[in-house]
Order: sequence, then C-alpha cells, then structure tokens
Amino acid sequence: MTIGLEHYLIVSVVLFCLGLLGVIIRRNLIVMYMGLELMLNAANLALVAFSHFRDNLDGQVMVFFIITVAAAEVAVGLALIVALYRKRQTNDVTDLTSMKL
Amino acid sequence: MSKEQIIRFLPTIVLLLPLISAALILLFTQRYRKLSAGLSTGAVAIGLGISIFLFASQGTDNSEAGSDPKFTWLSIGLAQNDSPLPTASGQENFALDIQSLNDPLSRLMLLIVTFIGTLVHVFSLVYMRKDKGFSRYFGALSFFVFSMLGIVLSSNLVMMFIFWELVGVSSYLLISHWFEKPAAADAGKKAFVTNRIGDVGFLLGIILIWQQTSSVNIAYINSVEISTLAGLLIFCGAIGKSAQFPLHVWLPDAMEGPTPVSALIHAATMVAAGVYMLCRVFPIFTDVALVTIAWIGAITALLAALMAIQQNDIKRILAYSTLSQLGYMVMAVGCGGAEAAMFHLTTHAAFKALLFLGAGAVIYACHHEQDIWNMGGLRQNLSRTSITFIIGALALAGFPLLSGFFSKDAILMQAHLSQKPLFIIGVIVAGLTAFYMMRCVLVAFFGKARTDQAKEAHEVPGEMLLPLIILALFSVFLGAPQIGLADFLNLKEVEASHYAAMIWGTVAAAVGLIGGYMIYRNADEDPLPAKLGVLSRWMRDRFYFDELYAFLNRWTQETLSFASDWFDRWIIAGLGVKGTSGAVDVTGCLIRLFQSGNLQTYALLTVIGLLGILAWILF
Repeated sequence: MTIGLEHYLIVSVVLFCLGLLGVIIRRNLIVMYMGLELMLNAANLALVAFSHFRDNLDGQVMVFFIITVAAAEVAVGLALIVALYRKRQTNDVTDLTSMKL
Repeated sequence: MSKEQIIRFLPTIVLLLPLISAALILLFTQRYRKLSAGLSTGAVAIGLGISIFLFASQGTDNSEAGSDPKFTWLSIGLAQNDSPLPTASGQENFALDIQSLNDPLSRLMLLIVTFIGTLVHVFSLVYMRKDKGFSRYFGALSFFVFSMLGIVLSSNLVMMFIFWELVGVSSYLLISHWFEKPAAADAGKKAFVTNRIGDVGFLLGIILIWQQTSSVNIAYINSVEISTLAGLLIFCGAIGKSAQFPLHVWLPDAMEGPTPVSALIHAATMVAAGVYMLCRVFPIFTDVALVTIAWIGAITALLAALMAIQQNDIKRILAYSTLSQLGYMVMAVGCGGAEAAMFHLTTHAAFKALLFLGAGAVIYACHHEQDIWNMGGLRQNLSRTSITFIIGALALAGFPLLSGFFSKDAILMQAHLSQKPLFIIGVIVAGLTAFYMMRCVLVAFFGKARTDQAKEAHEVPGEMLLPLIILALFSVFLGAPQIGLADFLNLKEVEASHYAAMIWGTVAAAVGLIGGYMIYRNADEDPLPAKLGVLSRWMRDRFYFDELYAFLNRWTQETLSFASDWFDRWIIAGLGVKGTSGAVDVTGCLIRLFQSGNLQTYALLTVIGLLGILAWILF
C-alpha cells in the first residue's frame, strides 16, 4: 500500500478533531492550550502534505510561519494563564465566566 | 382714473370695507369699544350708501356684468397675458378670476345685505352695550358682512365656495359669541358641523361641474348643460346653508347667539345665501333636480311650520318660521320661479329682520326673558315696539297688501303652475304661518302681564326703535306693485294661477289668523296640548329630529369609534408597536442564552458556525 495524500489528510483531520475535542471538553486551561497546539499542528501536517504532493514549497514556508507565530502565541497565552492563576487561584474554565455581560 | 372706472370698482369697495374694519378691530381697537363699533357700523353704512348708488344708477342694466376689473387668482395653462400656453392634447386651459359681479341680482342682494346689516349694527349698539365682548362682537359682525358680500359678488363657484366657508366660520363666531355658555358654544359647533355636511356636497358638485364643463364661471355654466347629479350636489350646499330638511336642525339652536345676530344671519343673509345661490345658478338644474328641490322645500316648509306652532321661546318661533319661509323660497326655485324666490327673499329679509329685532327689543325690555308665556300684555308698556312687531307678524302671515302677501302670492302662483300637491302644501303652510304668528303676538303682547318682568318692561331706547320703524315701513310697502320690486325681478304673472294663489293664500291666512285668535284670545296657558295630545308633543319636540340624529350619531359614530379604537388598540398599538418591541424582546432573551460566558461554549458555537459556513460554501 502506497501512502498517498489522503492518508496524511486523514491523520491531519483526526489530529484536528482530537485538538478540538480537547478545547471543547477539557476544563483545564493548560490542556485546552495543548488542544489548540494540536489543531495548529494538524493544519501544519496538512500543509506539509500538500506541499510534498504538489512539489511546491509554499506550504512549507507557511508552516514555518505558523510555528513561529504559535511559539509567540504560546508565550503570550501561558503568561496570561499564569497571570490569571495568580489572580483567581484557578485554571478551570467553568470558574472563569466573567465574559458574560 | 376716469369716473366710469371708479364706478366699476365700487362693488369691490363695498366688499372690502367690512374686511378692513374687521382687520382693524381685530388688530388695533379691541380695547376701544366705541371706536370698534363706529368702524364696523361706518364700514357697512358706507357700503349701504354705495349699494344704493349702484342700485339707483344702474338698475336692471345688465350690460355692466362681467366688465368689472378682474384679478387672476389661479391660472393653469395660461400665460401672463391670457394667451394659452401649449398644453398636451386633452388638457384644458383654466383660469380662476376673482371678480366682483355687477348685475341686477347681485345689486339687489348687495342692497339687502348692507341695508339689514346697517340696521342690525345700529340696533346692536344698544343691545350689546353692556356686553364684555363688545369689540369682538362688532369685529365678527364686520367679518360676517364681508363674507356674505363675497358670496353675493362671486362670479365663479370656487370664489363662492371660499366665501361660503367664510360665512360658516363667521357665523360660528357670532352664534358662539357667548362662548362661556355651553349651550351657545354647542350651538355654534352644531351650526358649523351641520353646514359642513352640506358643503361637502357643494364642493363635490363644483368639482363635478368643473370636470363636465372645464369651467366654474357662473355665467358660462348657466349656458351649458349640467347633469342632474351635479345640480343636486350643488343643491346640497343650499340645504346646509339655508337649513333645509334634513339639515335644518342647526338653525333653531343657533338662536343661542345674540338676537341682532339672529336677525342678520337668520333673516336676511346667511340662510338667504342658499336661496340666492340657487337663483344664481338656476339654469343648471334639470327637471328631475328641480322636482327634488321643490319637494325638499315643501317638506321643510310644512314641518317647520308645524314645529313653530308649539314653541314657547319667542326666538325659536321665529327660527322655525324662518325655516318654513326658506322652505317656501326653495320650493319656489324648484317650481321654476327663481324670481319669485328672490322676491320673497327680499320681503322676508325685511319683515323677518323686523321680527327678530322686535323680539330682541322685547327680550331687552323684559330683562332677557324669552318665553312668551312669561310675557303677556306688553302692548301697554312697549306700544311702539309692539306695533312694529305686529306689522312684521302680519306681513309674515300674508295679510293682504302687506309685502309678505305679494311675495307669498308669487310663490303660490309658481307652485300652482308647477304641481298641485305643492300648491296645497303651500296653502296649508300659509295658514299655519298665520296661526303661529297670531299665537305669538296674542300671547306675548295682549292679555295681562303674567310675570313681573313683563309688568315692569319699559319702552326701548330710540336707537333700537329706529331700525324697527324703518323695517316696519319696508315690511309694509316693499311688496307693493308701485314700488316695482316685482318688475325689477322680472316677475311674470299668469292670470288663472295668480287668482287661485291670491284667493287661496288669503283664505288660508284668514283661517289661520281667525283660528289663532279664537284659541289664544284669553289663554293663560297653551290649550293646544290638551286638544291635540300626542301630535302637539311631537310638534313641541320638533318631531324628534334631534333625538333621531343623536341616535344615528350614536350608532354610526360609536360603532366607528369602537372599531377604530379596537384597530388602534390591537392592530396598531398591539401588533405594530408592542408586537415589534415584544419580538425584539423575545429574540433578545433567546439569544442571551447563548452568551453564557463559558469559553468552551463559545468555542463550540464558533465551530458549529464555521461548519455551517463550510457546508454553505461546499454544497
């Protein structure tokens, strides 16, 4: 069995859905963050796969950008979580509903 | 300006003088009672002088008609110099000129209005002396004279309609002069609203005529054929203004106004406007329209005469008598005798103004007592007033050789020529008229005084007597063939009918007078209710027309207002206003449920939304 584009994409979708589930279901902010990273990397995987199968480097360049931005985002996000934890003594999202009007 | 040009301007000057006086009183002289009264009286007196001059110098001369200076008020499709502009085919050029009419009919009417107007002004000087609204009264009087003269001088229907409405407004002001009194305020409103019903018909008629002939010029529409419907609609205006059945209900209530106003409005001018208008546009009526007009007039004359028999208020007796006489005039128009109608209008103006002013003098002398059963024996104390009043009453009753005799004769002759049933009604009305005037005179002026007011009544001052005496002279002589009024109006006489009318009219008047004398000779209270029973109650309660209208009003108006209230409450306010706000409210409540503040819910919703967009794009 040769491994084609569709296999990569299936793995990518599975990863994406797992990440999404993590974001939606898990209460812990840090785990939700990990879910987010998972979704980003699922997208990265899909991009790399496209790049490979179409003999075009654009997708890979995109991936580098995503990794860079994700790193910055993680830095900011974790800092926010730490700040939030210091203020509220919790990182459970069900306790953080102050976004309601 | 040459002399002739000035003469041509004279009718317009007569028209404008009272307007100027009204404006001056309204703007400047409200506080100066004598000045206001002087201005108003002066304006109408100068108008009278000019009218006499016009009447004497031009007489029946018809050549001047239409040569007066005109002022184009509205022009459609005409250039400045009256030459037609190019218009699309099928469209007519139309010009509306404000122009004073100067023909025999308008000159006669001008004379009547200014003459009665002047006498009423003079009478009012005393009658209204102690009134708070003295200046306002004279201002309104001037305004009324202006509007009335406007109707008389109108050369087209639109101009006439404008002044027609102005008469409505100014009569409202005069009738409700004592507006603190609820009855007077209501009477003014009633007169105005009732007139408005007729005026709607009048306006529709004008529009219809405009559409049919593309002109509203009276001289022109009189020379072309007009449909029956348009004629009847025009007649609606006269029904309102001249208080014909079924819109007669406003006139008796209008007696709440000051008595001189009743003399002016309800004897000579406003109510006569309808008859004058009918005579003015007489050629437009088709045969069917004329028969309708005649029967409406006859019904009014008969009903009003019956109602007059059982009234106790001296002014109300005169009011119903006026209704009845107006019905007579309208009947004459319907029988094809516009000249007879104008003849009766002229004599009626004299003796009815006399009667109203005489009633005013009596009321003044008796300290505002109006019930004839509270008077009695006034002959002794008010000898001069009572003589003039009796002359007026006899003239109205058609006593031979007084003015009313000749004019009534002319009308009966027309009825005899036209339809026999109308003639019979006319004769009956003549008898009834003689009867109720006899009743009024006997009860009020003869016998013994029934109350202290009547006992202590004093003769009224000279300013009040003078108009009475002048009018009494006119009431006696105005109709006489030697005066030539009938010739002036071009009244035609047909021998056979003339004799029938004269004989039957005189017999009816005699029967009425003698009957009245027999019944009321020494009566201290009305013997009729005992004799006639229910019928007399019906007469006294005016055949329940007011109640009927109140009932109809209640039904139609209440139903309509109930429906509109329901519509407003449930459709506009309920569905419209509250529905909109309610829908927004409910939607808001529902949408608020989504905003839980929970991050994960938001994420889920975002995903669902994205999936939705994705699905929409892909499929």
